[in-house]
Amino acid sequence: MTGADDRSPTDADVCIVGAGPAGAVTAYDLARRGHDIVVLEAGERLTPEDHHRRMEMWLRPDLERNSFWLDGARDAYTSTGAIDARLNETRVKAVGGTSVHWDANTPRLHEEDFEMNTRYGVAKDWPISYDDLQPYYVRAEREIGVSGADDNPHGPPRKEPYPMEAFRPSYSDSLFAEACAELEITMASQPKAINSESYDDRSGCVGYGVCNACPSGAKYSAEVHVRKAEAEGARIVDQVQALSVEHDQTGDYVESVVYATPDGREYRQEADQFVIACGGIETPRLLLLSDSIAFPDGLANSSGAVGRYLMDHPNVTTTATLDEPTRQSNIGWVSSRSDQFYARESPGPGSYHLTFSNTAKVTYGGAQDRRAPTSPSQILDIVGNPTPDALAELATDPLNETPLGDNLDLPTTDGPPYPISIRGAGEMLPRSDNRVMLDGSRTDSHGRPVPSVDLSDGEHEQETMEHCLGVQESVLTELGAEITGVSTLDGRGMSTHHMGTTRMGTDPSDSVVNSECRTHDLENLWIASSSVFTTGGANNPTLTIIALALKAAEHIDDQL
Amino acid sequence: MTDDQHGATDSVLTRRRFFTALGGTSLAATVYEYGIGSDRSLQSATETQDSRHPASQYHIDVMTAIAEAVYPSAVSVESSFIESRVFGRVEPKPNHFENLLTSIEAVDGHSRARFGGAIPDISPGRRRKVLQSMGVTAVHPNADGTTAEQVRFYVVNDLLYALFTSPAGGELMGVDNPPGYPGGRDAYQRGPDGGER
Ligand SMILES: Cc1cc2nc3c(=O)[nH]c(=O)nc-3n(C[C@H](O)[C@H](O)[C@H](O)COP(=O)(O)OP(=O)(O)OC[C@H]3O[C@@H](n4cnc5c(N)ncnc54)[C@H](O)[C@@H]3O)c2cc1C
Ligand code: SF4
Repeated sequence: MTGADDRSPTDADVCIVGAGPAGAVTAYDLARRGHDIVVLEAGERLTPEDHHRRMEMWLRPDLERNSFWLDGARDAYTSTGAIDARLNETRVKAVGGTSVHWDANTPRLHEEDFEMNTRYGVAKDWPISYDDLQPYYVRAEREIGVSGADDNPHGPPRKEPYPMEAFRPSYSDSLFAEACAELEITMASQPKAINSESYDDRSGCVGYGVCNACPSGAKYSAEVHVRKAEAEGARIVDQVQALSVEHDQTGDYVESVVYATPDGREYRQEADQFVIACGGIETPRLLLLSDSIAFPDGLANSSGAVGRYLMDHPNVTTTATLDEPTRQSNIGWVSSRSDQFYARESPGPGSYHLTFSNTAKVTYGGAQDRRAPTSPSQILDIVGNPTPDALAELATDPLNETPLGDNLDLPTTDGPPYPISIRGAGEMLPRSDNRVMLDGSRTDSHGRPVPSVDLSDGEHEQETMEHCLGVQESVLTELGAEITGVSTLDGRGMSTHHMGTTRMGTDPSDSVVNSECRTHDLENLWIASSSVFTTGGANNPTLTIIALALKAAEHIDDQL
Repeated sequence: MTDDQHGATDSVLTRRRFFTALGGTSLAATVYEYGIGSDRSLQSATETQDSRHPASQYHIDVMTAIAEAVYPSAVSVESSFIESRVFGRVEPKPNHFENLLTSIEAVDGHSRARFGGAIPDISPGRRRKVLQSMGVTAVHPNADGTTAEQVRFYVVNDLLYALFTSPAGGELMGVDNPPGYPGGRDAYQRGPDGGER
């Protein structure tokens, strides 16, 4: 997992910061066009064996899932809004970025997502339309390998087939299908960047069922495009943190990125063009950290919009049980979705999509994480925080032995009753006070202020997700299921999608980048990230991130 | 290797670096392909385990005997399963196997000292008593904890991880293709009576 030993700067046409999907695809597309590319990445490279380790970390409750990349001092953050930012559960810093952990669901945004103001009088329109992005969606699907079927009556229009066939629906999808048919809700296959057959030298999915930590390579991660970019001559420097982006005297051009290596040295990487691809939180943070006399509020921030308009995808789940087997957890991914409620009415609840469970109950836990009330640490906890439940447990079962052998505590999905669930994810409207700032009171291991995330739901998100819960309840009731749990937005954590913090627009006074993803303020500074999304829609962002990165790469190529 | 790892100052293993540290000491990764068996017998269907794993036959035998005590009696355990799925897997963290071996020795030592014989020589019920008397069944798993907590973490939870990610464990849990086991893409489409709907 060693990168090149030498982390000092080299000649480059383009310097890209961040090696997640956005940075890696940009690097590959520009390298194959013959340009010299340097990518600076804060995280480490992982080996195939590391992915097996990650699988075990994912499946064992006694191991921390994110400990393979997390560096608490480097990755500190502050969360001030009603929504817990839980940042270090929703991102990965490694070569490949967060796609090392993603679920690889790759729906496109819908046409209306680009025209929210024209159609519904809310938020702002993007300066580009679905039609403008459609050819790049096609290329993005081919680049990462998407399995899917053109079977979604409420999905966005498609001109080209998916590169691979869709996965077949699950048995539990067939249970949902009957209930949905009764309620006239259409289901469709879930497009995903997981191989349904071998594709691009990677094997088809073999059913490990641990897709967040897929060890087989059947799930796309941006490590694929890192390898391809390197094969085209790009240089990927791992374990280097970009500290600031420096511009020339006039404030028209970026000249260099200052970065720190693991041995504590600082270097300055120069290039003709610069791309920031650090994800939806670290991208605005890096710009805010790069303030100067010309840009006192942060680089490329003459609009004041850098860090503002943060959006995620609020989501709710209803869990239930059925008397008949639901066959959960025999595969790791979702196979079916519904976009029946994506098209919104105005006024009224916003867009959301539904997904139907294949993994309603996990198969880890049980005796693996049984924590006896008499264990020393538990007693200390109980003494420190004597809740009635904890005291009662301690009193009634002082030994609380974990049974082994025939009475082993199994995390069973066996029934009856059998588990099942429906999840829905919806849109959040951009609001300027939902934002990423710098926390002046705390610094990271490089002495830089940590990001401070302030995110809260508004009435629109509440209304949208309440509607979604109503639909979930009717489907499960139609199915004859007994509802056992309903999640609400209260006390929720931020979703894994971070959008809007350097938004795209035509007006430099209220947006950060133009329709080409170039900053309004600086001639040679580009952003590849969901941070450019003007609105977030209700669909997973990464295919759109990659489509936009391919589009930006074309514009950068024109400049070189 | 990174620059700072050449220096003597690199004494603190940060979390972010633990994979890197492992790179120098880990066993070569093996190709993880297990045969798909649905009976309750745990054996490695293919000989894919790395012969350079750190466990001696003694450790494998003791661990297999402990497995017979930890797993429900419906599951029959072969030492080849323990060898490939416990010791032949990619080491999850630096020193994991070393600590596992120490913990296995601790269980066997306790058995010899207090239960009159080595773990493989006493009954599965007595082996459970050994674990109980060490306190293993009443503590939280903790990699850096007391001996009992470490036995719980390294011995018991390694065994449970191997069980829960195998078809035999899956059968106990009501899952044909449990997470962590590359059992293909038929099971999720199958209905309870074996057919698709
Ligand atoms: C559990 C989980 C499930 C997900 N499932 C899905 C899904 O199904 N579908 C979907 O579309 N999306 C999903 N996502 C989100 C998806 O992973 C992200 O949208 C995607 O990875 C974003 O790509 P990116 O390249 O913009 O950013 P990232 O992948 O986050 O990469 C950014 C990179 O920049 C690096 N970096 C940051 N700051 C600096 C700096 N100062 N200097 C140097 N490097 C820096 C980071 O180390 C990181 O490697 C999921 C995320 C998670 C956590
Ligand atoms: S089910 Fe497929 S995608 Fe998921 S972990 Fe297994 S091989 Fe990877």
